[in-house]
Amino acid sequence: MKFPRPSRTGLAIAAVLGLACAAGFADMALAQNAAAPAADAAAPAAAAAPKLDSGDTAWMLTSTALVLMMTIPGLALFYGGMVRKKNVLATVMQSFAITCLITILWMVIGYSWAFTEGSSFLGGASRLLLMGMGTDSIASAASTIPESVFMCFQMTFAIITPALICGAFADRMKFSAMMWFMGLWSLLVYSPIAHWVWGGGFLGGLGVLDFAGGTVVHINAGVAGLVCALVLGKRKGYGTENMAPHNLVLTVIGASLLWVGWFGFNAGSAVTAGGQAGMAMAVTQIATAAAALAWMFVEWGLRGKPSVLGICSGAVAGLVAITPASGFVDPTGALVIGAVAGVGCYWGATGLKHMMGYDDSLDAFGVHGVGGIIGALLTGVFARTAINKAGTGLIDGNANQVLVQVYGILATVVYDAIVTLIILLVIKAVIGLRVSDENEREGLDITQHGEVIQ
Amino acid sequence: MKIVMAIIKPFKLEEVRDALTGLGIHGLTVTEVKGYGRQKGHTEIYRGAEYAVSFLPKVKIEVAVASEMVDKAIGAIVGAAKTGQIGDGKIFVIPLDHAVRIRTGEADGAAL
Repeated sequence: MKFPRPSRTGLAIAAVLGLACAAGFADMALAQNAAAPAADAAAPAAAAAPKLDSGDTAWMLTSTALVLMMTIPGLALFYGGMVRKKNVLATVMQSFAITCLITILWMVIGYSWAFTEGSSFLGGASRLLLMGMGTDSIASAASTIPESVFMCFQMTFAIITPALICGAFADRMKFSAMMWFMGLWSLLVYSPIAHWVWGGGFLGGLGVLDFAGGTVVHINAGVAGLVCALVLGKRKGYGTENMAPHNLVLTVIGASLLWVGWFGFNAGSAVTAGGQAGMAMAVTQIATAAAALAWMFVEWGLRGKPSVLGICSGAVAGLVAITPASGFVDPTGALVIGAVAGVGCYWGATGLKHMMGYDDSLDAFGVHGVGGIIGALLTGVFARTAINKAGTGLIDGNANQVLVQVYGILATVVYDAIVTLIILLVIKAVIGLRVSDENEREGLDITQHGEVIQ
Repeated sequence: MKIVMAIIKPFKLEEVRDALTGLGIHGLTVTEVKGYGRQKGHTEIYRGAEYAVSFLPKVKIEVAVASEMVDKAIGAIVGAAKTGQIGDGKIFVIPLDHAVRIRTGEADGAAL
C-alpha cells in the first residue's frame, strides 16, 4: 500500500485556501452588517449576570457525554451495520478517527473561529489553543456554566457533523483523503457556519432560528455529503451488485444510541437545566416517534413490508427535523414536523436519490439534508412565542420567519457546497479521493486498515 | 457402499439427525451451503433498493452407508425433512468405492 504522506504542497494549499476564505469573510461581513439588524444571537444569555449554576453545569456535562456517544459508538454502528462486511471496520474507523481529529482541531483553532468575537462571518483568534480559558471562564453564549463545559459541548457537535458526511461516500474513499477532507471541512465550513448561527454571526443576527443545529449540523453535513457523492462518483457495481446491509442489528443499536444521545443534543442546547430543556426533550421524543411511524407506514403501504431499516431511518429523520425546532415548538408542532420528516426523508432516500442518479451510499443527504431542510422550514412555521420568546413562527402570525429560514438554508447550502467542492477538488488533485478499483472490490477493511472481521 | 447426500432446510437438521441415529447410522457430515431449485430466491428491499437473492441458505448432509441401508436412510431423511412446502430439498445417492477409519486403519464396512 502506498499513500502519499501529507505533503508540503498539501499544507500550502490548505493555508492558501484558509486565507482566501478568511479574506472572503471580511468582505462579505461588511455587506451583511449593513443589512442586518443589530440583534445579537448571544443577547438573551448576556442579559443575565454571569453566575455559575451547578444544576446547569451538571446537565451540560451530561449532555456533552451524550452527544459524544452519538458519534462513538452510535453513528459508527448505525453506518457500520449498513455497509457490506468488507467495509465495516473502515466505516466505524471513520467515526472514531474523526472524533480524535476534530477534538484536536477544535482545541487548536475551531472553537475560537466559531465562538469568539470576530466578524459576522468568522470568530476571532482569542481562544486559539484555548489560551485564556481557565477554570473560572464563562462563555458569553452560556452564562451559567464554565466555558470549558460549553467548549466541550460544542466540540461534540463539531465532531458529529463531519462524521455524518461519511455516509455519503462509504465504501470508496481513501482513508488519507478522508482525514484531509474532514480536517479542512471542519475549519473552513463548520466553524464559519457555526459562527454565523450561534457565535454572533450574521444568520443569528438576522433571526434565523436553529435551536440545536438543523442548519449548522444537518443541512451542512447533508449538502457536503451530496457534493462528496457527486464528486467521488458511484460505488463499483452500484445498481447491479448486491449491496445489502451486512448486519442491521448494529444499525438498530446505532440508531437507538443516536436517539438517546439526541436528548443531550437538543435538550442540552438549552444550555440550562430548566423548562426549555424539558420541552426540548419532550418534542424530540414525539417528533422522532412520529417520523419513525410515518416512514414505516409509508414503506409498508408502498413496498408491502414494514422494514427494520425503515423504522430506524425514520427515527433518525425525525431527530434531524426536530433539531432546529426543539426549543421553539410545542408538542403538536413536533408531531407534524415528525410526520412530515418521516415521509419527506423516505422520499429523499428512495425517490430523489434514484431520480437524480447519485450514489449517496447511506443517505447522508437523503436523511440529514432533506430532514434538515424540512426541519428548518417548519421551525419557521411552528415556532411559538409561548414556548420561546425568541421565536415567532407563521402559526403565531409571523410569515416573515419562514422567509428568514429560507435565507438561512440558502446561505448555508451555497457556501457549504462551494467550499466543499473546492476542498474535494484540491485533495483529488494532490493525493486522490478514491481507492483503486481493486482495493474497492477487495474491501476497505483489508486494503486501508489491514484488518478484517470474520 | 453409498454416500447419501441430502440438501435440506436448515431447521430440519436436528430431526434428520435423530432419524438417522434411530437407524443405527453413527456419523454425519454437515455443511452450510447456498443454492437454488424450484424455490428460486427472494427479494430484499433496503431503503427502496431491491436485491434479488437467488441463493438461499440450506444445509447439506453427507452420510456414508452400506448399500443395503440406502433405502432406509432415504426414507428416514424424507420422513424427517419433509414439510410439503416448496424448498424441502433433494437427496442424491453416489457410489462409494472405499472407506478407511484413520485412527484404526479399519477399511470399508468396518470403517462406517
